[in-house]
Amino acid sequence: MTVDALSFARAIAAGQIRVVDLTQTLSQDFPTIVLPPEFGQCAPFRIEEISRYDERGPAWYWNNISLGEHTGTHFDAPIHWISGKDLPNNAADTIDVTKFIAPAVVIDCSKECAADPDFALTIPFVEAWEARHGKIEPGHWVLLRSDWSKQDFTKYANLRDDGAHTPGPEPAVVKWFVEERDVHGFGTETIGTDLGQGHHFNPPFPAHFYMHGKGRFGLQCLTNLDLLPAKGAVIIAAPLKIKQGSGSPLRVLALVS
Amino acid sequence: MISGKNSEMISGSQRKSYDDVVACLPVTIPYRRYSTNSAHWWLGRALQELTKRAKIRPADIDGLAVSSFTLAPDTAIGLTQHFRVSPRWLDHIPFGGASGIVALRRAARAVQAGDADIVACIAGDTNHVDSFRKTLSNFSRFAQDAVYPYGSGGANASFALITKNYMNLYGAKREDFGKICIAQRDNALAIPFAMMKKKLTLDEYMTARPIADPIHLFDCVMPCAGAEGLFVCREDVAKSLKLPYVRVLSTIERHNAFASDPIQIRGGWAADISDLWSMAGLKPGAIDFVETYDDYPVIVTMQFEDLGFCKKGEGPDFVRSHTFTNDGSFPHNTSGGQLSVGQAGAGGGLLGLVEAIRQLIGEPLGSAVPDARTCVVSGFGMINYDRGLSSGAAILARA
Amino acid sequence: MTEPLVRPKRKNPLQRTRQPLSPQGLRSRTAHGLTAAAAEGRFALQVCEDCKTVIYPPRDCCPSCLSVRLPFRDVVPNGVLVAETTVQVSTDSYFRERTPWRVGTVKLDAGPLIVAHLHGDTQEGQRVRLALKLDKSGSAVAMALPEKDTPNMADDPHLREMTCDPKFRRVLITDGRSPVGQAMAKAFADAGASIVFVGIADPWKPFPGLDALRKIAPVEIVPLDLTDTESVTEQAEQNGARIDIVVNTAEHVRSGGIVDRHGLTVVREQIDIRYLGLVRLAQAFGPILRARGADDVNAAGAFVNLLSVHALMNWPTYGSYSAAEAACLSAAHCMRAELRPGGINVMNVFFGPLETEWFQTVPPPKLAPSALARAVVRGLQEGLEDVFVGDVAEDVRARLAVNPKALERELAS
Repeated sequence: MTVDALSFARAIAAGQIRVVDLTQTLSQDFPTIVLPPEFGQCAPFRIEEISRYDERGPAWYWNNISLGEHTGTHFDAPIHWISGKDLPNNAADTIDVTKFIAPAVVIDCSKECAADPDFALTIPFVEAWEARHGKIEPGHWVLLRSDWSKQDFTKYANLRDDGAHTPGPEPAVVKWFVEERDVHGFGTETIGTDLGQGHHFNPPFPAHFYMHGKGRFGLQCLTNLDLLPAKGAVIIAAPLKIKQGSGSPLRVLALVS
Repeated sequence: MISGKNSEMISGSQRKSYDDVVACLPVTIPYRRYSTNSAHWWLGRALQELTKRAKIRPADIDGLAVSSFTLAPDTAIGLTQHFRVSPRWLDHIPFGGASGIVALRRAARAVQAGDADIVACIAGDTNHVDSFRKTLSNFSRFAQDAVYPYGSGGANASFALITKNYMNLYGAKREDFGKICIAQRDNALAIPFAMMKKKLTLDEYMTARPIADPIHLFDCVMPCAGAEGLFVCREDVAKSLKLPYVRVLSTIERHNAFASDPIQIRGGWAADISDLWSMAGLKPGAIDFVETYDDYPVIVTMQFEDLGFCKKGEGPDFVRSHTFTNDGSFPHNTSGGQLSVGQAGAGGGLLGLVEAIRQLIGEPLGSAVPDARTCVVSGFGMINYDRGLSSGAAILARA
Repeated sequence: MTEPLVRPKRKNPLQRTRQPLSPQGLRSRTAHGLTAAAAEGRFALQVCEDCKTVIYPPRDCCPSCLSVRLPFRDVVPNGVLVAETTVQVSTDSYFRERTPWRVGTVKLDAGPLIVAHLHGDTQEGQRVRLALKLDKSGSAVAMALPEKDTPNMADDPHLREMTCDPKFRRVLITDGRSPVGQAMAKAFADAGASIVFVGIADPWKPFPGLDALRKIAPVEIVPLDLTDTESVTEQAEQNGARIDIVVNTAEHVRSGGIVDRHGLTVVREQIDIRYLGLVRLAQAFGPILRARGADDVNAAGAFVNLLSVHALMNWPTYGSYSAAEAACLSAAHCMRAELRPGGINVMNVFFGPLETEWFQTVPPPKLAPSALARAVVRGLQEGLEDVFVGDVAEDVRARLAVNPKALERELAS
């Protein structure tokens, strides 16, 4: 097969390939992950005007921004988690750039998540999905569609006095994704790739533990997953080239033909 | 602490008389309500008038005493260069309404001792539209710290409290104060440059605009621009200049007297009054007319008491028993005083003295006091905090 | 008897807002000894160390013995109002629009005579008690109050010029998430504030006390995040013109010092929430407050800073916290100068450890948030500028006055 980059560009320009934006707007009030207050906290997105056609800069408008590596729609590199800390090329600046473009499958759990905010994805659930859509092939992102991105911020964070209640995968299915399906990474619409209550699993935060432990990636705070097909979308997710970065806010695009 | 062990060792010595000392050449630069000219201009005009009428050159003046509130940043020394005079005796006298008497006292001793031959005493101020407020707001440290922030009523408010207390203590009525103001107005009717020369009725006085209770409009002087001047010299000098003159019989001066009176009910005159009369060899009954310092009639009333014309507390009765007009009993403030003529700043301290000389040499601007031979002139000034601090008086006699 | 204040009508939008003016605030250096006393609500005059004469107006030399040792000491404030006058004509623009204005001469039992502003319930010839107040210029003035409290006496218009009573005023509590913020909302509601805006950041984060807060009648919850310039600006744009008092309750209490701390994250948060938060509030609300300093009965009146007393001297156990508080204290001094033209009182309220979770391991005495809130209200009612609340705050202040170096060593041990 001859691959022609120019034809690809023409197909996009002609609308033969759709581009879907999977990114939340970076804004000050978008929720960030909340850890117990005695731990270090991820900085929320903040923006300070440098000038706006005024005495601080008469003809130009620009801002200084500040944020954490895990603020807004963001990418998790393997180095983010202790299980991936010693892997080669595990940081935002050293990951092989070819990994930033990869196909995806979308597993629709939106009904289940609407019924149960603590919904946990299981192997049988995925096997049932595969029965309908076919086996997940190696090198694919697995994206969990929960429609969580359509909630208001209070329901989105869904904090109760025992912590956040948001859906995610149970430990066994993550391990299975990595070992049995050789996935590229795991992506969600929620603030983390793990369940809000994911710290009660063994291991705690299994999506982080298993994915990063095997050099796979994470995407969170995605949106518009409902616009993607179950199979066939290609994800462009290139984090900022932060020196030894554990991840990065980024623009995530899906190409759908 | 200071023990005061030696206090009793200090005994008063006999004061020397003012033999041969005379005052002459009364000069007034006609007052104006507001002026765009400076204090230098007004004082210069006074000095010019003095030299012109004495037919001498400015350089012939070897003594100069200056009083002014609006001369800043200059003082008397700056004026010597400004006017190109070269006195061998120079004084700047910043005592407001007491400055005239103080200048007379100092100049008298200077010419008597030969330190100067002719001392020109000049006093005056300009009045810009905002200079009154500026003078009030930084008049003194105590005024700045403890008076001006309280309603910023200026001297009106301070004298209102003094007046109120005096009325409470001695039963003075507003009508009594009104009588003083009305009589002065009558005396002022013939003064061409008087700020107020319309006859004043008691009804108008009583119903005037309140300023700071019980002070109403006609209890207050009107600030204006103007200057006053006179010469102090030895009798032989006055004679050689062919200037009519008056004799200085006695003077007193006192500052911050009776500090423990809760509210001012007397001025420093009361501390020295026997000295004033004994030095002059006169009794109050021998006086033909009186020029008091009259910024507010309550102070006039106190001066009647403290200068010995009646006892403390009898001021209201004294007022009720005299007319105070030039043609009546106890002629007082014979040109109308500051209450009618206006207050040309520090010029007000010389106003009574200048008018007294005019009456005694028989050259009054307005109506004459019949057969005027002796006169008491007093000065009062400097509301530093809650009361006037400086007072002085002099007895003058026709030569 | 003072006429009780009536709730101000809604503002006529066609009416020009009166610009703030101040009486003359210039004082001698010595006279600012009175300002220092007034700032804390004390009545102090100079008392000669050598001959014990009580002195007024402030002097640099004793009028009784010429001693120059004239410290300010608390003095019994009682005396007699000997004479009074009502100023109808004033040379000063501030007083011109407030005449008639009563002043009087008070003979203090302790000796001196004081020209003072008069509360409406004082009478000539009667006994009075004097208080030192800060006027709109920020300098001290004496005010004669009736000897015993009278009904509605706080509503006296002259007195209200020198206080910032929350009654009928609209208040912004910048952070309602903390026990202090919630206690403050209750205290201001109890004090008769007509609206208590309570700022909440990250409304998606639940917190205890929200329901109770909502039940306080004049409380209006508003979005406000002091770490977000846009959020602060938006709140000022939306409600700034109807906020008369700002009380900054934002806090960031963490133990730990400067050297023995891992990284900057916590320190940066402290600076962001406390110092930069204060700057954001100052920039967004300061100009509006300043412009509304003479806006009728509910004119803007105060900006309240809650400060750890360790802003005055670092407590290494809470070392970076103390440093952030010190930055806020310094900013408050700057704000005072900048808001002075509006007659806005920047009130600093100093406190020690609170009965809150972040001081959990600190032994008593600790201050209840409700006590802190009541002190803030009382300080505004009395027109104070520096308020020390609780035993620890008082103790630190006293020890600082005696020997700052000793205090530094003591806090380090």
